[in-house]
Amino acid sequence: MKNIVTQQNIAPTVLPSQTKRTKRMKQFKKSGPLYVLLLPSLILLVCFTYIPMYGLVMAFKDYSPALGILESPWVGFKHFIQYFHSYQFDLTLKNTLVISLYSVLVGFPLPIALALLCNQIRIGMFKKVFQVTTYLPHFISTMVMCGMILIFLSPSNGLVANFLGLFGIEMPNVLSDPSLFSSVYVWSDVWQHVGWDSIIFLAALSAIDPTYYEAATMDGASKMQKILHIDLPLLIPTAMILLILRAGSLLSVGFEKVLLLQNPLNLTGSEIISTYVYKVGLQNFQYSLSTAIGLFNTVVNLAILLLVNWISKKLTKTSLL
Amino acid sequence: MELSLKISRAKNRKPHKNWKDRIFDISVYGIAILMMVLIIYPLWFIIIASFSNPADVANGNVWLWPKEWKLDGYIELMKQEQIWRGYLNTIIYTIVGTLIALAVNIPAGYALSRKDLFGRKWLSIIFIIPMFIGGGLVPTYLVVKDFGLLDTFWVMVLPFSVSCYNIIVARTFFNNSIPEGLWEAAQVDGCGTIRYFFTMILPLSKAILAVIGLWTAVGIWNSWFNALIYISNENLQPLQLILRRILISNQSLLGTASGDLAAELRRLSEMMKYAAIVISTVPIMCLYPFLQKYFNQGVMIGSLKE
Repeated sequence: MKNIVTQQNIAPTVLPSQTKRTKRMKQFKKSGPLYVLLLPSLILLVCFTYIPMYGLVMAFKDYSPALGILESPWVGFKHFIQYFHSYQFDLTLKNTLVISLYSVLVGFPLPIALALLCNQIRIGMFKKVFQVTTYLPHFISTMVMCGMILIFLSPSNGLVANFLGLFGIEMPNVLSDPSLFSSVYVWSDVWQHVGWDSIIFLAALSAIDPTYYEAATMDGASKMQKILHIDLPLLIPTAMILLILRAGSLLSVGFEKVLLLQNPLNLTGSEIISTYVYKVGLQNFQYSLSTAIGLFNTVVNLAILLLVNWISKKLTKTSLL
Repeated sequence: MELSLKISRAKNRKPHKNWKDRIFDISVYGIAILMMVLIIYPLWFIIIASFSNPADVANGNVWLWPKEWKLDGYIELMKQEQIWRGYLNTIIYTIVGTLIALAVNIPAGYALSRKDLFGRKWLSIIFIIPMFIGGGLVPTYLVVKDFGLLDTFWVMVLPFSVSCYNIIVARTFFNNSIPEGLWEAAQVDGCGTIRYFFTMILPLSKAILAVIGLWTAVGIWNSWFNALIYISNENLQPLQLILRRILISNQSLLGTASGDLAAELRRLSEMMKYAAIVISTVPIMCLYPFLQKYFNQGVMIGSLKE
């Protein structure tokens, strides 16, 4: 306080750099009430996000609860090497990539297709009902969703088994087959979220200038041609942004759902990096190893995000930052 | 001249175009109806199965309408004290958690939207970084433990109430919908920032309050993993963890028995599964059509670029 007052008093004779500083101090003081508004979230963010980030150094130490993070001895990349050499590395990385790429391949184009379809529905009432229906499953909790999957896919008396039974087809035990796990995961996800994910594309479609369609109609374009030559090209920027964001979480497959659908029989197809981190860390209490694997996951995600963002910037001039 | 040429060309092609577009229209509505059936039927089946005789459900005799109306599943479920406690806990977590989240995220979003905030750029970066990097499971767990929050009510509502994504969404909303002149006018009238925020901004931001409040509420209602790792006290467990026992671990809440009684218990447990799904999902599903407007709005606000 005092400092500022004295500086202001001698203001006419001081150097420009110092007046700049006083100006800054003034600005800082003026922002005071805004900092009050920011404070609660900043405190929580520092406590429960930034302090744990500091905890990441555990990955390079042999953490023991008795010594604490600071005192535990440094071991360099020991835990990373241990993970890379374990047989779990190949398995978890492969499963994570398979599920993730499969999700993108199916889960990315389908919402676009659904939005294009919905955009073609001209009967207002029907459109509304269609939208409400397709968004509905989005609000089912992961827990209930997994419960429904288990009930429906039960090989002895589930709904699907009974339905296939009408045609004399015997139902395989889908949930104990590791090779089918990714399909169960991806298609149930499509069922639950395809409608919701299409909202953003519908918004982009509704923003398209109607004169484009009028001109196309003049030229005798069919509805299909209008979709291919007007709708799709204009959706590309939105689609690119979403694709980049999606790529950035390539190694973070829906952890909760996988964990709930896992069972000892499908484990070779369902153990992914994040579920492994959970088991190593909070079930086997190998804190440092678990943190190292988690960090590896984060770093790869970030690298992919930056890479895809860079490629997209070069190719389509669309990018996040 | 050119225009009339085009029109005449369009007219010439009309029969051809009509035929193609008609097939197109039929397939659009056909696919749409098929999709609606695929989405609604599983949900409908859960509901009718929860009112039917479990033997009929298992043998595939229930398809479109309940067979022999039965309420045993619901009655048995209602007798379970844990369900009630879980339900109550979830309601409390949802209400308190949503209020805290709003109190924390909305002011932050507003502060970050103000151009005259000193250090705005750096503060924004502080809020963007956590969207891409986090401390990970174990370090976060240890911090929560060090704060003495394990097995407390607060761990469910406080530590993870900050959502950087929601803050950025709120910031975008304030940037786009609050005219800049408003603050200057308020200043002229001698209104301070804090008072301005509460008396002018909040009443103008009902849309963003609704959107973020709803997102948070649905998120808390459906969440279970935090409870799994941070809560071991049975009395604090949310509904979703009780559901986990019924639906995923296949643990019967009714205990074990042998002989005829065991078969009866298994039958009841099956019914309780369907009933549990219905009673835990119906509240949100019923609210949803009324709130749909706000949810959609939220997606739009979130997608706006600054």
